[in-house]
Parts: sequence; structure tokens; C-alpha cells
Amino acid sequence: MALLKLTSPHAHTAQSTADVMKLVLLATIPGLVALTVFFGWGTIINVLITSAVALICEASVMRLRKRPVMFYLKDNSALVTAVLLGLALPPLAPWWIPVVGTFFAIVIAKHLYGGLGYNPFNPAMVGYVVLLISFPVQMTAWPAPAPLYPAEIDVPGFWQSLQIVLPFFNEAITGTVNGSIDAYTAATPLDTFKHNTGLLVEQLYKKDPLFSQGSWAGIGWEWANFAFLAGGCFLLYRRVFTWHAPVAMLVSLTLCAALFYDGGSSSSHGSPLLHLLSGGTMLGAFFIVTDPVTSATSNRGRLIYGALVGILIFIIRSWGSYPDAVAFAVLLMNFAAPLIDNYTLPRTYGHKKSRKATEKKDEGP
Amino acid sequence: MRKVWDLIGGVHPPENKHQSVQDSIGTLPLPEKLVIPLNQHIGAPPKLLVSAGDIVLKGQPLAEPKGMVSVGVHAPTSGQISEISDYPIPHPSGMSARCITLIPDGKDQWIEHKGVDNFRDKTPEELLDIIRSSGITGLGGAGFPSAVKLSARQPISTLIINATECEPYITADDMLMQERPEAIVEGIKILSYLLGEPDEILIGIEDNKPKAYEALEPYLEGTNIELVEFTTRYPSGGEKQLIQILTGKEVPNGGLPADIGIVCQNVGTTHAIQRAIVHGEPLISRVTTVTGKACATNRNYQTLIGTPISHLLEQNGFNQSQCSRLVMGGPMMGFTLENSEIPVIKTTNCILAPTEDELPTPPPAQPCIRCGMCAEACPASLLPQQLFWYAQSQNYERLEAHSLFDCIECGACSYICPSNIPLVQYYRASKGEIRKLAAEKVNADRARQRFEFQKARKEKEEAEKTAKREARKKAAEQARAKAAENATASTEDSPVATSATAKSSAADDIIKAAMARAEAKKASPEEQRAKLERGVVRAESHLETVEQRLQALGSEATDKQREQAQAAIEDARLRLEDAKSKLQAAPESKPDKAKEVMAKVQASPKEALEKKIATLKDRINVTEEKIAEAEDDALKVALQKGLEKQQEKLRDAEQQLKDAPTESTTASTKTEDAAATAIAKAQAKAAAQASMSDEEKLRASITSLQARLKKAQERLVAAEEEGSEHIDALRTGAEKLQAKLTSAETELSELS
Amino acid sequence: MFELIAQHPIPAALVALGGLAIIFGAVLGFAAIKFKVEGDPIVEQLDSLLPQTQCGQCGYPGCRPYAEAIANGDTINKCPPGGQTTINAIADLLDVEAPTLDEEHGEESDTRTVAYIREDECIGCTKCIQACPVDAILGAAKLMHTVIVSECTGCDLCVEPCPVDCIDMLPVDKGLADWKWDLPPSAEEQIKALRPGDIIASDQDSGDQAA
Repeated sequence: MALLKLTSPHAHTAQSTADVMKLVLLATIPGLVALTVFFGWGTIINVLITSAVALICEASVMRLRKRPVMFYLKDNSALVTAVLLGLALPPLAPWWIPVVGTFFAIVIAKHLYGGLGYNPFNPAMVGYVVLLISFPVQMTAWPAPAPLYPAEIDVPGFWQSLQIVLPFFNEAITGTVNGSIDAYTAATPLDTFKHNTGLLVEQLYKKDPLFSQGSWAGIGWEWANFAFLAGGCFLLYRRVFTWHAPVAMLVSLTLCAALFYDGGSSSSHGSPLLHLLSGGTMLGAFFIVTDPVTSATSNRGRLIYGALVGILIFIIRSWGSYPDAVAFAVLLMNFAAPLIDNYTLPRTYGHKKSRKATEKKDEGP
Repeated sequence: MRKVWDLIGGVHPPENKHQSVQDSIGTLPLPEKLVIPLNQHIGAPPKLLVSAGDIVLKGQPLAEPKGMVSVGVHAPTSGQISEISDYPIPHPSGMSARCITLIPDGKDQWIEHKGVDNFRDKTPEELLDIIRSSGITGLGGAGFPSAVKLSARQPISTLIINATECEPYITADDMLMQERPEAIVEGIKILSYLLGEPDEILIGIEDNKPKAYEALEPYLEGTNIELVEFTTRYPSGGEKQLIQILTGKEVPNGGLPADIGIVCQNVGTTHAIQRAIVHGEPLISRVTTVTGKACATNRNYQTLIGTPISHLLEQNGFNQSQCSRLVMGGPMMGFTLENSEIPVIKTTNCILAPTEDELPTPPPAQPCIRCGMCAEACPASLLPQQLFWYAQSQNYERLEAHSLFDCIECGACSYICPSNIPLVQYYRASKGEIRKLAAEKVNADRARQRFEFQKARKEKEEAEKTAKREARKKAAEQARAKAAENATASTEDSPVATSATAKSSAADDIIKAAMARAEAKKASPEEQRAKLERGVVRAESHLETVEQRLQALGSEATDKQREQAQAAIEDARLRLEDAKSKLQAAPESKPDKAKEVMAKVQASPKEALEKKIATLKDRINVTEEKIAEAEDDALKVALQKGLEKQQEKLRDAEQQLKDAPTESTTASTKTEDAAATAIAKAQAKAAAQASMSDEEKLRASITSLQARLKKAQERLVAAEEEGSEHIDALRTGAEKLQAKLTSAETELSELS
Repeated sequence: MFELIAQHPIPAALVALGGLAIIFGAVLGFAAIKFKVEGDPIVEQLDSLLPQTQCGQCGYPGCRPYAEAIANGDTINKCPPGGQTTINAIADLLDVEAPTLDEEHGEESDTRTVAYIREDECIGCTKCIQACPVDAILGAAKLMHTVIVSECTGCDLCVEPCPVDCIDMLPVDKGLADWKWDLPPSAEEQIKALRPGDIIASDQDSGDQAA
């Protein structure tokens, strides 16, 4: 065998990008399970659709770009985007919602910017926001948590869910439009707070079954968030990302919520616990904010990035017109990431202070 | 227990050290030949002391240090120098460099050598001299001459002995400490003495070498040497990293450890220094680990410098077919060798022959997802992912702002990168490119300066030329004015004269004008002078340039260049002298006295020649003196040549002088003749005109006018044919002539 | 106060606008002095980016004249010695799209060359000395000339005037000191270079298509 001429180092870790992505996928399982338990099969159907569309889109784009298809498909990055988008979408949304969202995420937000590693915006969140703005009705129709279903309605099974998601398919087989999502929808905890008028927080918690049957932040939602938190802790433990961005985001969100809680008056924006455990908080903190491609680079930068995402989430949730805000907050901060990077270079060994990325001359220590 | 700081970043690759510590340090049979690269260190190459065919003894110097940052090389065994030639050396480029090939005679006979009985009897300077002449360089890393590192100007408060050996696979230092702890401790004492007994002496060792720790410990009792153990983590053995781990201090950017009062030496180097001082043995061998699964046995060997790697591998059951790459050094920072005939050098701590399973060929790089694992691993707190980004887009400004040059190329980032990006290669390439661009910039700036200087010089010359031209023009005008004055003066005088009156005055006029013309021709001494002056200026500026060039060459100039430049200066100076003497010799110009000028013209060639001969003789004397003074051979030769030329010139001049009397007289008579004929002609013409009647005069002028008109018309026709732009001028000229002719004809008709 | 303003809306508006004009004028004037940009004149900056070979391949007698020409709107792709790097740098400075090198003015070459005079053949005419833009040739009339290699920019202006063609442009030896690592090949190139069997068969097809 001819002797190779290679640059050092010659040793290499076994972990590859595909492995990292696999870990992320693995970490979403608790969340997926929790969502399925409380909101039915819709999420799994979403994830299946987004994954399939993502793989098809990724492969087609690679083909168009004349790149080796399998080499890039194997890095699992498209799957991660797809799964995260699928988890964020409302369960039982019509089939074209995940399809359009995934197409936007993969083709527009990722590949039109140059593919993996080059996209300035989180693809899953771009897909989500495009859907939210274009189809607000479908995107805000969340099914009620299963325990809150009225006695006369059964929780839709897998087959029924599929029929709801794929009406044309349903029509072709049975000849009738059987079942509509409208029957199952209910307000989310954040919706409830947004539209609360005149009730003290305490009264609301007692009155609304969503809260009265739950423990902290609405039945179902709190457990889904705990599940994502568990997945996130697993990723932290496996050192897939550092603690800086998620912790900063959760801390700043908590602080904001505590600051504006005003003791549970009728115009309160909700307790810190409500903000931490409802909506997409934990999914955002551990799976979206930690997306390395679109977040700030250095640890210091990630602290700032995460903290600002947290503040933005609270601001938009409280005073914006949309009930949840993770996607908007993340996209806004994606804009700011390069600026943060410029001012947060770490202090290099032997230097007295850190530099700016745009610094012109080597000025020494 | 001493406080130990944490290594920033770092990785923990599989150590793979157990394979090669099973056996003690072995020795190898003598190879068939030893190839000793001349330059095995950072710094100036040493001066060769032997030539092909020489018989040398073991330990005999083959090359001696040349300059401050330089060390020599020594014969690793006795034998014969077979050749001194270019040979592939251990370098990532795989290039060749000057090497001495030694064929061992098998006797392994030492040259006479003797150590220092008690190193404290010697001054540190004497000991440093021994270290330098023993060819000792840092054995752990880049191979920096140890004597230079140990002669720090700053006061040293901490001596750190680097026993970390953090790279996987390598166990050379580990085994050395296990087997020769006493020598190492003695070496440390020598270092401590050399550095003026620093307050702290620390041996930094990773916790994966318990045997070495145990071996060293007993010898440290009763000394102020402290053995500090810390967690194994790559790259804790980097000099800067080790300093940070042991003292918490950081070597300032762009500075040296000595700037914060620290000197760091590798254990292997310490051992080599002990051998050199106590036993008088130069650095001719080192401990090298031979390891990797492609070798049947993994072991450390006391290897002679210059041993071909193939020899080491053969002794260890190397299986070529299994080996994917051959690495000199460890798997993190070592470089691949394309050829197994490459010799072991002073910095070769390990030869790694892994199989494909052990160190697989890297798969194609995937895109960077900026996961930040590299930044977590970077011991210098850089952002490798950003550096990679800018290296890819060749944005050198940003790379420097991101402190690319603080990268120690440890490879931790590439090791950890999940996308398999060869980050270190990007950094190396970018560093090389930035250095190249910086060098080019320096060259470009110098070229710009030279170009601008040349431009300024040319402009100055041009300005001088125009000034001269102006002066000459003015002088000519003056001369003409004078001539005109003279002419009027003579006409004023002439009325007193007799009957010929007006006519003769006209004749006089013509004569005067002719004389003025002749005078103007002869008045050229002024011009000559100007010319000579210009010559002097030119010679001076040339001398200046040459001298400046010499200065510009300055220190970096080679001797040859300097000689050339000196020769050029000499030449320029001679030219200047020549020009000056010529200027002196040039006659003072007095344009208003034609006769004097004539005399001068007559006299000057001879005078000038005599003067020339005199100056030439002077110069010859000067040159002879200079030759006597000149020490440099080359300069002497140059001067000698100059002398010969001068002598030749002298002979020529003398010959000319001999010829001169006749020649110059003929020449002057000739000029006189020319003037006289012109005068005679003018006089004759004037006389003829004067004697002519008006009618005849008119007739003559008409004929001449007719001739001129004819000529003018011919020219006009030709011009028309050619379509020349002067047609108009020609036409008006012809018309004027025609008019004159008509008027002359009417006058004639009136007269007659 | 308000009454007064309400009663005289037009004068009030005029006063207000006038006041604003004065305030902003003062601020702008202050800023113009305080934050005055004292950068190099553009010609200096351009000149410092050019390679200073003074070869005249751009059609101007030296690098500075070309820098001046660029400042006056000439195209920036006329410098073969500087090549694409220089064009990119200038484009960056002027904030324009970087064009490719204009081949009319010559081709970019990777190897640096310097002039070398075959000294046996030199007749000492000094023509090359006069041609050299950086005074890198030493010599005098009727004496052998030589090139100061370290000062030669490789512009080859001396080659043409030599009546006996004794000047060669020789590539500079690349020694160990000049050696550097190259940038690694891109992922696509690496994939193409892989042996069959190293990657899934379907990718071989697309890899070949890409090639």
C-alpha cells in the first residue's frame, strides 16, 4: 500500500455529524411520546409526513446541485429539521400543512442559502413561520388534550387521525368526509391567557379545566415540555451542545415572567412556570435555540443569544398578536447572531482581552 | 500538593502507550549507512567540517554552529563519509536537503572526549558553550537550539521540566524517566545552575505515567525539585499549555516563556545536556519509540541520529502491506513520510506505523455545522469553526483578527470534528499564505521605494538637462547679440573710412558675421565645460546610488553582493574623479575674445592630455595604495583590474601626448584654415559685390533669385505630389520669391 | 404660549422649522469636523495593493500610475503579476464586483521569476540597466552586468532591450523555507477521488455525473 501524505492529526474521534444528528433525533422521542399520549396520533403523522417530504426535497436538491445524494442524505440533518418541524406543527393539521412547511424549510430556508451549515435561519422555524403567517386558521387549531375530551367524543385513533389529515384519501375510500379537526380543537394555555379578561389567575386556574386538571401549566402541555426538557438534558449530558444558550433562554424567560407576573391579577401575563412549561418553550430551548448553525458561535455569544431569545419570547407572547413566539424570537435572533459573534470572540491564550471579529490589525496583547 | 490549573479545552484520544512500554529501551545493530541532515534545528545551518571520503570517529563534529541560533552535528559512529548530497529529510513537504552520508566501519570508535567533573566549577557561559558545541536542540518539539533557550536575558524564577508526553503512542520520555532518573535529575541540577538557581523547579507529568513518577521520586528528596502530576489530557504537553497548567500564567501573545520568568525544557533534552556536560558526549543518539500495529514489536530504542527508518522498522517486523501511512511523531502532530529511507533526526521521538484499522483514512469532509466542539477542544480558546470559515474563503484579515497565529496546530479541533474537516490543514495553509503575502508585501514596498527613487532621480536629471539647455540657449543668444553689436560698431566706425564707404562697410559686415560664426563655433569651450560639469554630476549621482544600494543591501547582503557593490562604488568613484579632473582641465571660456579662444583651442589638447596623464598617475598611486590596504581577496582582484586599466589608459595618454604636438598643431591650423577660408570667401564675395555695378549686381541677384525660385517650385511640386503638410509654407515662399524676382526685374528695367 | 402659536400658525411654523434647521445644521457641522475620516487617499491604498513589479503590463508606466488610473475609473483587471488576488483585494477596497483578469494584458503565472543575465554573453551595453524600473541591475558601460536577485521584481522589461538576448527569466527556486501546506480539497473533490466500493453504489453514479 502506498504511503499516504496527510496532515496531522492522524487520529480522529469516532463520532460523526450523522451520529450527532442521530442523538438529536433520539432526544426528541420523549417529547414525541408525550405529545402522542396527550394529543393523539397527529404528531406522529406530522413527523412521518415531514420526514418523507424532507428526504425527497433534500435528495432532489442534491440531484439538482449535482452532489452525491447518499453522502449528504446520510448526515441526517434533513431528518432533524423535519422532525423538529413535525413536532412544532399542530397535530391533525391537514396533510398539505407539513408538506408546504417542509418544502419551505428544506428547499428555501436551507438549500437556497447554500445547504447545511450555510443557512442563516433555522429551517424548521422558517417553515413554521411561513405556515403560521399563511394559514393562521389551520396553524392555531390545536386539539384538546385527551383527558379533556367530552365523554361523547372518542379520542381519534390512528386510522381516524389519518382520515382527518388526508381528507381526499378519506373521500376516495369512504365517499364521505368523515370527521373534521374542528370537533377536537380547544384553546391552548397560552391562548387562554391571551384571551382572559377579568379573571384573576387563581380564578382562571380553578375555572378552566385545562389548568384545573393539570398541575402547573395546563394539562398535557406541561408534560410535553417536561419530556423535551428530559431530551435536552440527555443531549447536554452527551455534550452535543453546551448549556449556555438554553439555560440563558430559560433564565431570561423566567425572569421576565416573574417581573410581569404582578401577583396573578386579571391582566397578568402568566406565572414563570406557565411560561416555562407551556407552548414550545422547552422544544425551543433545547432543540431550536441550540441549533449551532444559526446561533451565535462563542459561549459568551450564546449566553447573550439565548437570553435575548427568552426576552423576545416573553415580549411577543405577552404583547404580540400570536399566542406563542418561539419561532419569531428565534428567527429574529438569527438575524442578530453575526453581530453578537463580532463582539463576543473569546479571549485567546496569551491575549489580555478579547478582540473584535472585524478588528483590522494584529495589535498584540 | 501543589495547586494545578486546568487545561483549557483539550481532548482525550486513546492513549495507546502500553504497547511500547513492555520492554526496556533497546539498542539496534548498526545500520549499513547513516544519513545525517545538516540542518536538524530551527536556525542557521551549520558549517560543514568534513568532505566526502573523510574517515571520522564517533562523536567527531561533522559541522560546527555558524551564528548564534545554530548547532552542529556529530558523527553517530565511526566510519567513512561516503557523500554529502541532497537527500530526502524528515519534513512534511517530503523535500530534500543537504545530508552527510556516513558508512559505519563497525568499530564504533569514540573520539577522545571528557566530561566536566563538577559543573559548578565552570561558569554558565562555559557550560552553554559545551551545550552548543554538543549539538543539543530541544528533543521534544521543533528542535530549537537549547543553548539559546537557556541563555535568557530575563531573570528566571521557574524552571519547568516537561515530562508530559501527552501525545498518544509515544513513550520515549516515559521510558527514559523510568530507566535513567538519576541522570535526568542531575541534568535538572545543571539547568538550574545555568539559570541562576530559579526559585521553583517543577517537573510536569501526566498521571498516566505512574512508573516514571515512582522512578523519579527517590532522587528528588532533599532537592527543591517538585514533581507535579496532573490529569492526562491532550495537549497538556504544549509548552504554553504546560506553563498554564503548572503556574496559571499565560505566555503573552508574541512573547516567550522567559518574558514571564519561565524556562521550559523537555526531559529528553535535560538528559542530553547531562550526557554532554558530565560525560562529554555530543548528541548523537536519542530514544525513539517504534510503534503501531503494522510493526510486530513495539518498543523504544536508543537510536543513532541518521538511522534510516527502514532499519528501525525492519528490526521490528514491519509489515509494509498493512501499513497505511508512516508517521514521524505522534498521531496528533506528527507528519507522514512518503519514503521509509528517511533518517531519524534529533527531534524524532516516535515512528508510528499504524494499520488502516488503527488510523483509518479520513472520509470526505462533511459540511461544518458549527457545532462548536472544536471551540470546546481548543487549548488556545480560538474559534476553530470561524477560522475554518474564513480560511475557506481566504479572508486573511478576518483570520488574523481571529488570532490564527495563536493556533499551536495541536490538532485537537480536527480530532474532535464530527464532520471530519481537516481543520489544521486549513490553518497551516492559511498561515503559509499569510506569511507569503507578508513577505511579498515587504518586497513590493521595497520595489516601490526603488521605483520611486529612480523616478525622482530621472526627473532631477531631466530638470538639470533642461536647465543646461536653457543656459546654452542664453549663451548663444548673448553671443549673437555681441556679434550684432560688433557689427554695428564696425559700421559706425566705417563711415570715417574712404570712398569705398557704404559698399566696403557692407563687405565688412559680412566678414564680421562670418567671423562671429566661426567664433561661435570655436566658443564651444563653454559648451564643453557644461558637458564636463554634467559628467561630474552624473558621476556623483551614480556614486551616491551605488553607495545607497550598498547600504540598502545592508546586513542581508551576501558577501558576494557586497563585493560587487564595492567594486561598483570604486568604479563610480574613479569615474567621478575622472570627470572632475576633466572639468578642471577644461578651459575657462571667454567668448568675446576669439583669438584667445583660438589659442586655447590650439593649446588645450596638449594641456588636457598632460593633465590627464597627471591625474591618471595620481589615480594609479591611489589604487596601488588601496590594493596594499585591501584585505579582501575579491576586492583586491577588482582593484588590480582597475589598476591595469588605468595603466593602459596612462600609456594611451602618453602616446597621445607624444603625437599631440604635431596633431594638435595640424588640428588648430585646420580650424584656423577653415575660419580663414570662410573669411577669405566672404571677403572675396564682398569685394566682388563691391566692385560690381548696380546693374550687374541686380543681374546677379536676379539669376540667383531665378535659381532659387526654380528650386522652390520644384520643391512645391514634389510636396504637392506627396501631399506634404508644408505645402502652404512652400507656396508662400515661392510666391515671395516670385515677388522679389519681379521687383528686381522692374528695378533692372528701370536702371537700364 | 399655545394661544400665541395657535393664533400665528405660519410664523410659528417658520420659527420651528428654522430652529430645527439651525440645530441640525449645527449637529451636522460638528459631526463633520469631529468624525472626519482621515483615510489614505484612495490612490495610496490602491498603490499599496498592487504588486509593485512596475512591469507596465497594464499599459501604464508603473504601479502608481495604474493606481491613479484606477482611481480615475480605469478597470481593475489589468494586472497580471498581481493576478486574481490583487483584483479581489482592489474590488474589496472599491466595493465592486471582482472581475477576472483581462488576458489581453498577460496571464497570471504561479511561479515567480527573476531576470538572470548570462554573464559571458553580456556586452555591457547598459540598455537593460536603463530599462530596469527598480534599479536592480548593476553594471557599467562595457562592463558585465548582473541582476540583484533580491531586488528583481520579475517584470521582464529588461529582456526586450538586450541586443544579444542574454537575459533569461528564470523561476525562483522554491526551497524548504517557502514550502507550505495547500488548502485541502473540497468535499466534492474528495468524494470523486474515492475508490469504488468506498461509498454506496448509488452515489458513484451521481458522483460520475457530477464529474
